[in-house]
Amino acid sequence: MSKEFETVIGLEVHAELKTESKIFCSCSTAFGAEPNSQVCPFCAGFPGALPVLNEKVLELAIRTGIALNCEIPEYCKFDRKNYFYPDLPAAYQISQYDQPVCINGYLEIDLDGEIKRIRINRAHMEEDAGKLVHQGDITTTPFSLVDLNRCGIGLLEIVSEPDMRSAREARAYLEKLRSILLFAGVSDCKMQEGSLRCDANISVRPAGQEELGTRTEIKNLNSFRSLERAIEYEARRHVEAIEDGEELLQETRTWDEEKQVTRSMRSKEEADDYRYFPDPDLPPLRISRERIEEVRRQMPELPDVAQERLVETYGLPHYDATILTTTPDYLEFFDRVIKIYPDAKVVANWMMSELNKYLNQSNLEISDCLIKPENLVEMLQLIDDGTISGKMAKTVFAEMFNSGKRAPEVVREKGMVQISDEKALSAIIESIVNGNPKVVEDYRNGKEKAFGFFVGQVMKATRGQANPAVVNKLLKEKLK
Amino acid sequence: MALSPEEVNHVAMLARLALSEDEKTAFAEQLTLILDYVERLNELDTGEVEPLIHILPVFNVLRQDEALPGSSQEEILSNAPLVEDGQYKVPRII
Amino acid sequence: MDLYKLTVHELQDKLLAGEISSEDIVKSLFSRIALVEEKAQAFITLCEETALEGARRIDQQDEYGGIKGIPYGLKDLFCTRGIKTTCASRMLENFVPSYESTASKLLNEKGGILLGKLNLDEFAMGCSTEQSAFFPSRNPWDWERVPGGSSGGCAAAVAAGEIPFALASDTGGSIRQPASYCGIVGLKPTYGRVSRWGVAAFASSLDQVGILSRGVRDCALILKIIAGKDPLDATSADIEVPNYCAFLDGEVKGMRIAYPREYFQHWVTESIRTAVMKALRKFEELGAIVEEVSLPHSEYALPAYYIVAPAEASTNLARFDGVRYGLRDDEADNVIDMFSLSRAQGFGPEVKRRIMLGTYALSSGYYDAYYLKAMKVRRLIASDFAKVFRDFDLIVSPTTPTTAFKLGEQIDDTLTLYMNDALTVPVNMAGLPGISIPCALDDGLPVGMQLIGRAFDEATLLKAAYAFEQNTDYHRLTPVPGGGINE
Repeated sequence: MSKEFETVIGLEVHAELKTESKIFCSCSTAFGAEPNSQVCPFCAGFPGALPVLNEKVLELAIRTGIALNCEIPEYCKFDRKNYFYPDLPAAYQISQYDQPVCINGYLEIDLDGEIKRIRINRAHMEEDAGKLVHQGDITTTPFSLVDLNRCGIGLLEIVSEPDMRSAREARAYLEKLRSILLFAGVSDCKMQEGSLRCDANISVRPAGQEELGTRTEIKNLNSFRSLERAIEYEARRHVEAIEDGEELLQETRTWDEEKQVTRSMRSKEEADDYRYFPDPDLPPLRISRERIEEVRRQMPELPDVAQERLVETYGLPHYDATILTTTPDYLEFFDRVIKIYPDAKVVANWMMSELNKYLNQSNLEISDCLIKPENLVEMLQLIDDGTISGKMAKTVFAEMFNSGKRAPEVVREKGMVQISDEKALSAIIESIVNGNPKVVEDYRNGKEKAFGFFVGQVMKATRGQANPAVVNKLLKEKLK
Repeated sequence: MALSPEEVNHVAMLARLALSEDEKTAFAEQLTLILDYVERLNELDTGEVEPLIHILPVFNVLRQDEALPGSSQEEILSNAPLVEDGQYKVPRII
Repeated sequence: MDLYKLTVHELQDKLLAGEISSEDIVKSLFSRIALVEEKAQAFITLCEETALEGARRIDQQDEYGGIKGIPYGLKDLFCTRGIKTTCASRMLENFVPSYESTASKLLNEKGGILLGKLNLDEFAMGCSTEQSAFFPSRNPWDWERVPGGSSGGCAAAVAAGEIPFALASDTGGSIRQPASYCGIVGLKPTYGRVSRWGVAAFASSLDQVGILSRGVRDCALILKIIAGKDPLDATSADIEVPNYCAFLDGEVKGMRIAYPREYFQHWVTESIRTAVMKALRKFEELGAIVEEVSLPHSEYALPAYYIVAPAEASTNLARFDGVRYGLRDDEADNVIDMFSLSRAQGFGPEVKRRIMLGTYALSSGYYDAYYLKAMKVRRLIASDFAKVFRDFDLIVSPTTPTTAFKLGEQIDDTLTLYMNDALTVPVNMAGLPGISIPCALDDGLPVGMQLIGRAFDEATLLKAAYAFEQNTDYHRLTPVPGGGINE
């Protein structure tokens, strides 16, 4: 990426709200039902059907506004956004146009210790559209199928200011936003399931220039990684186009995960005129300051506050605190372990390394993990009382993760009890030392590595169960 | 203030109405007539007037977040012109 | 027994007295329909079998009262579960809803019996019922004339004795204007008084469900049943529903009645103006105080309406795209063509005209000049009424500028056709209740007088209407099929 250019990025995020019923009708929002079985005359766009706002959607919107440091104006309303598409039954989406529920907020991202504030332009409530299923690609399919189960589920659209300057910043913003939404209990934020969707707006400009360059929008970003890759690709594409003197069109593009490129999505039609106007079927909303305070009082703990708490209470490094507060389930796990086993750094290390490793490998959420907080505590206590070594614990942990068995059981089944008995270890050391006179001579001549050889041999002979501290002590004595 | 053929085409496109050439001509005339008629609203100075968007002075009409059974799949598909696998079938999008 | 001549109250009395059964009523009405329907062309769908079944079931229970066992008609804009609902459009020619409108559900729960679905101007857009995609309905006072619109089928059926009452909708006069042309009572309640759920939307901020009946007492009775808050309609008002019949005491002493000079201009036929002035003198005789007032922005109501209504309609009708129900063009090989061709085939010219107008008014660059401007003018119109209602209880005017015109007479003259609503539209724009009652005959054709009340004060409206009715004989006049009057 040429040093002469600056990338300017803004993100538009849609979060599916965690409610039992849809935003304007009482249909269930449950995932995975038979097609068109969670639908009613309203969300299917039948004549005479009318919307009524779900109170929980409004509450979650207010919560989000508070969590994102937004201004929540006293009045807001709904507008109709008009366009024709097979997944939009009424041929208009009920959204918020010029008077959204939240405006002028921000969140802070932490990049290697440097805090940057990313401003949020607005957040507004709207309804989701249905699902279209194509035969293959949307551009080549001869027909499509429409399932309206998802149609009408409440969404919060959160629009950032174009304050991000790199793919990394954009990713950090999305991760932080996701974290905040999870902690606030607003959404499940599952990108693969579509309950968190992100579109990126990118432009580039010569460093130092104030005027913004041509902007393109990128859709179909299904993971943090695609977000980063797509932004990097697109920024490069912009710079190349400018340097080659080619025209850069303001358009919408889709990220092709397979080919790792963006492709134009423009159809032959002219851009749609949404003809926004206030929806007459929905009375406006008046959000009192008292209501906002009420929601604030009932707010769950947010990630930044939780991080502070971890740093202050347990003296954990800031980095650790950030990892532990990625999701509320993660933090809850930590909190529950700490209640019984107070060595925060040890717990943090185990969670950030081993636990994270296995969760990522198997693509599991911590709530689905077979290891429960009490189980980890048990294992840590076995290390502390010398039953197993730290190294052995890693093996035990892996087995616990895969089978759900508790530590003592695994240790017993695998016969993994640490050998600390000096008499038994002396005997083994005796036989190894006696069987390797040359190495003994090397060691006594100053070759330090030879010591490691003996340790290795003892571990081999004891199948890794020898207590390392005891082995070291006995070996040193023996080799004097 | 006559409506041009381009404008008529544009509006027909926004409204997804396939109009014949005769219809377009007729609508251009009729709409121009009506738009000329409504032009008289500009005789009124409404600079300081708040638009009357919602008739009833009511706010915050909300319902409880409770999932209730809606229509059955059969009911919701019963009037559909074309159905496949429990979904509405439509020709290609692009 | 000519049961078809009786009002709901009279039928109620006879049922309670054990003189007749519900089945008798249904049969009598179907005989009447057999006699006059060929000319009236009021019905799109007749429900003879289900009506008889319903009637028999109620007769078996042998418990009458209220509207138990009494048949009614429904404008074919109201969704009826399991019964075809066409909105008089090719778009919905075969549409059978799986849900019921709240208003008709309330009638059914109280034992009302649906006799059939009545004709209208397509999607409620029109003043004559000539815009129905199927056939025009005719005025029982003169078969060559329109019954009015858009609820022309309902008005014709009630006036001809095919049904004792009907539920319909009124967006700019669609109940009151046909009531006026057909010499019957037509009530449009306050916006929000009755739920709109299940009634195909035309203009969401103007539509209201109302009643067509012979006689004010029937109107009061039915309103009590259908009015009230509906959790399915966020715009339905959470205001108590009074027992309207209790207000029908025939008294108007001391009532302050205003008549706006702007509604008595030269473009209203002189004989109609004279008739309404005469009616106002009747009110004075009965002890009311009558004074002239001004509603200065009246002339701007119609142009504002012809922006607001089509704008809202254009988005309300966008759902008719051929995907999930209704007419679909099978030939199209892509969705855009499918949308455009289905809608072109499904909608009639007036509907297309209003969709085009509305789409234009909301389009980029025009929203401020048209829709926003019209909504500001709307505020001025509502303020005019509010000012008058500070000092008066009621406003009285003619309902329509003319009596019923001939079929085909205005069909090519859009603006003239729209002018038929000039006196009724302001009431919808202000969201107020309005009722039309017969007050004269002009050349053998009925003349309607409109009473307008304060928001949610249907009680005063009905009280005054009843007093006038009981002190005159116009409500007793009924047409003879083909012309002439039954006295």
